[in-house]
Amino acid sequence: MKISAERRNLILTGAVVGAAAFILVLFGNPGNMGFCIACFLRDIAGSLGLQSTATVQYMRPEILGLVLGAFIISVIKGEFNPRSGSSPVIRFLMGAGVSIGALVFLGCPLRMVLRLAAGDLNALMGLIGFVMGVAAGSVCLHLGFSLGRTRETTRLEGSAISIISIILLIILAAAPSLLRFSTSGPGSMRAPVAASLAAGLLVGVFAQRSRMCFAGGLRDLFLIRDTTLITGFIAVFLSALLLNIAGGKFILGFEGQPVAHTDALWNIMGMVVVGFGSVLLGGCPLRQLILAGEGNSDSAVTVLGLVAGGAIAHNFSLASSTDGPTDGGKAAVMLILLFFIAVAAISIYMNRRKEN
Amino acid sequence: MNMLDTSGFSCPEPVIMTKKALKDRPASLDVIVDNVASRENVTRYAEATGYSVKRTDKDGKWILSLTR
Repeated sequence: MKISAERRNLILTGAVVGAAAFILVLFGNPGNMGFCIACFLRDIAGSLGLQSTATVQYMRPEILGLVLGAFIISVIKGEFNPRSGSSPVIRFLMGAGVSIGALVFLGCPLRMVLRLAAGDLNALMGLIGFVMGVAAGSVCLHLGFSLGRTRETTRLEGSAISIISIILLIILAAAPSLLRFSTSGPGSMRAPVAASLAAGLLVGVFAQRSRMCFAGGLRDLFLIRDTTLITGFIAVFLSALLLNIAGGKFILGFEGQPVAHTDALWNIMGMVVVGFGSVLLGGCPLRQLILAGEGNSDSAVTVLGLVAGGAIAHNFSLASSTDGPTDGGKAAVMLILLFFIAVAAISIYMNRRKEN
Repeated sequence: MNMLDTSGFSCPEPVIMTKKALKDRPASLDVIVDNVASRENVTRYAEATGYSVKRTDKDGKWILSLTR
């Protein structure tokens, strides 16, 4: 069987992501959290003083590296493409919703795969929810959901999020006293800055080249019976699984998993929100970071929404802890689902009316 | 000649638009795409459904000429 270049890139990216995540945990990141886009953006919100949960504050260099890696490679390859204007406010709000859903589950789709690959069966509940959410989003796309056309914008606007990333990196290196850092809890568990940044840059480059997306893989399978993009999903799982088994980190079970809770229903519901929202937004949190680096301001706004969602989740006690979900978190998940359904329904109705 | 302009739409919308436009199996269709991810996705979808794809560059966009 001939393997297409696209599939080969995705397999390679999956291997790099799995290996980088494994190494980052060895170097100090929290368990099964070599990468977690939602958790790391939440940590960044904490580091900037936007939320004050003392245990989840750190300027995660992985995130800055992901954006900059995608920015640099897209400029080199002539794929830097500044555009904006596709429903930025709705994207911001939906980004915040996705973030809150992820923090009820305790992980973005990427971390869900990494948790699965370490034997955390709670992530299997998350996967069930994620598949349901992606399916719901795919139905909406099929029915005509759209957040509208983007337009070309200036190179300054397109690179704003990358410039912010560079500035945050300089502050982290030169004036860390401006930022908040956890001294205990997950925020205090971190690989050395250089390792985190290098891993972020590397994965940013590979993810930009391969277009890896965790929501997109399932979506393409549902919508156009195409298995290309899901190759990346499977490759991350397999590479992380092999490394976890070889390194003795594979522990199968529900109880006692790192930074996880065992409430099956809300693990499912949290990821329903993430899957649904990610498909409506055109990509999972990782993909949004990469697109933001490529100059897509709509994705940059989505990333800012993810940061805001991380802050809201902690300021209003919506995020789960290892003890389980909170009542506020459960209510928030239901409200966010209603919000997504309303946005989708209105968009589909308006687009259909326009066509007829 | 049928023409489908997907400029400004982000993935996966160009693919879905193409899918709908190909539903009645037209002999040919020109699809305009303005970003690389969509270009790859539309090409892959068209080829998987039995069309051959010829690509022309035009002012930072691409015209994908699909023929059956």
